[in-house]
Amino acid sequence: MAKAEEYIKKDHKLYEDTVVGNVEISPGVFLLSVKRRKDFLPGQVVKLAVDRVQPPRIYSICSGNHEEELRVLFNIKEDGYLTPKLASLIPGDKVLLTEPYGSFIGSQKPAWWIATGTGIAPFYSMFQSGLSDNKMLIHGVSYLNQFYFEDELDWAMGKNYQRCCSREKSCDAFPGRVTDFLKGKSDLPTDVQYFLCGKAIMVVEVRDLLINKGVPYENIIAEIYF
Amino acid sequence: MAKEALFGKTLEELQGICAELALPKFAAKQVADWLYKKHVSSIEEMTNLSKKAREVLDEKYTFGLIESTRVQESVDGTKKYLFPTSNGKFVETAMIPDKDRKTVCVSSQIGCKMGCLFCMTGKQGFQGQLTAGEIVNQIRNIPEWEEVTNIVYMGMGEPFDNLDEVLKSTQIMTSEWGFAMSPRRITVSSIGIVPGLVRFLNESECHLAISLHTPFHEERQKLMPVEIAYPLDEVLDEIRNWDFGRQRRVSFEYIVFHGLNDTPAHVREMAKLLDGIKCRINLIRFHPIPDTPLKATDEATLVEFKEGLEKKGITTTIRASRGQDIYAACGLLSTKALVKN
Repeated sequence: MAKAEEYIKKDHKLYEDTVVGNVEISPGVFLLSVKRRKDFLPGQVVKLAVDRVQPPRIYSICSGNHEEELRVLFNIKEDGYLTPKLASLIPGDKVLLTEPYGSFIGSQKPAWWIATGTGIAPFYSMFQSGLSDNKMLIHGVSYLNQFYFEDELDWAMGKNYQRCCSREKSCDAFPGRVTDFLKGKSDLPTDVQYFLCGKAIMVVEVRDLLINKGVPYENIIAEIYF
Repeated sequence: MAKEALFGKTLEELQGICAELALPKFAAKQVADWLYKKHVSSIEEMTNLSKKAREVLDEKYTFGLIESTRVQESVDGTKKYLFPTSNGKFVETAMIPDKDRKTVCVSSQIGCKMGCLFCMTGKQGFQGQLTAGEIVNQIRNIPEWEEVTNIVYMGMGEPFDNLDEVLKSTQIMTSEWGFAMSPRRITVSSIGIVPGLVRFLNESECHLAISLHTPFHEERQKLMPVEIAYPLDEVLDEIRNWDFGRQRRVSFEYIVFHGLNDTPAHVREMAKLLDGIKCRINLIRFHPIPDTPLKATDEATLVEFKEGLEKKGITTTIRASRGQDIYAACGLLSTKALVKN
């Protein structure tokens, strides 16, 4: 098998950095931190690797652009190569990452942020970067312990933070999927931007639903985890 | 425990199996012949293997062909086959006859993760990867098998998101012990996942097709979310590193949408973007899908667009729409109705 270096020779250059934190914030879900060395725009991504054997994978930055640390949120894929190794990293270990890049970028303009699972990461970065005014955040998960950062988000965004949980019930969360919640909304604004982040099926279903409700597709920007 | 399929194994893997079962080394080549060159479908029929060898193989393995469960035929002769998969799902395969050619359009995944706005497959989400055997089976197990002249990986799924199995399948198709097809008869089409692209260019000799659809980043990211992760500039930078001047070909797929990507500005930008790349562009008529805000461009604009690109020195063709009445045309393959929630 060819080495990752051969596959990324024209790709963004990987540089070595030191892990400063790695916290399991929910079962199987980790927040990995390195020192922030580059400026970035909230919503951007980095490519991340633990060695030069396998190509890096792309992760949204999950921290504010004025913070001293740059963080990424990931869940362990049991049969994956990278995430079990990432999960075992401790402060002082080395990781490889690229400079931040990407055009899934938040702004001060009014927008709806719609995420499932760890797709909350770019929106948390936007939130931590001071972009949460005029925003509606909808986060869909299967289980209640997957509402990462909910205390902060709930406190700061209040009624503009909507939780949807499909497999457990709570008085704080809509019972069902993000798509179920949006289907019931008769007053979706059509003149704001919609940012979608998560698995493909959520993105395509929500995108179709928004278009059916009169949102121009040009106002929808999606980032898919693949 | 379910027996493993022999179909879809490379010669090297078959040699490993033969060694493990204490069969003679030459048996691997014999098994490959039966799998990929002959009209049999069971281990019992591999008659140049000893009875004992067949029994030993049969204890752990099956031949592994999967029958199609439905076939539809278009008025233009295109056929669409439905194949079950090992995880209880389904994929579709199109066979497109054209004069002395028979092209098979194979699927590489069950559903797709890429979420392109104009594609029916994307609307069913992702239900799993196909094995190399399940990919090659889409050719080997249709009645036209021995008449197939060309293979395109343009069915369901993104080939570079299942590259290990796709490369294994092209190895089976192009190896002397396999179908012995020329790699120049095979085109793998991708939306441009860069690490997969680099690996494909290094490890395969098959033609490459890239789904481009608009030269403008802002527009492309709204049509194709992959643009955010792997922008077109990065894809083209990589392609520029390769010599496509000789036998290997790179082409760009361009679905033409009314009022969106069919303007003179798009022609100019395409010419700028593809400068220095020896390539061709395939213009594709958009086949509308449910809930789409996109519309097909009219024929006059399509022809004008083609001429505009040709005036800029880019070889451009308009792909014929085939199998539209049976939903076998470009962008229409889907097994969503068969996906159990």
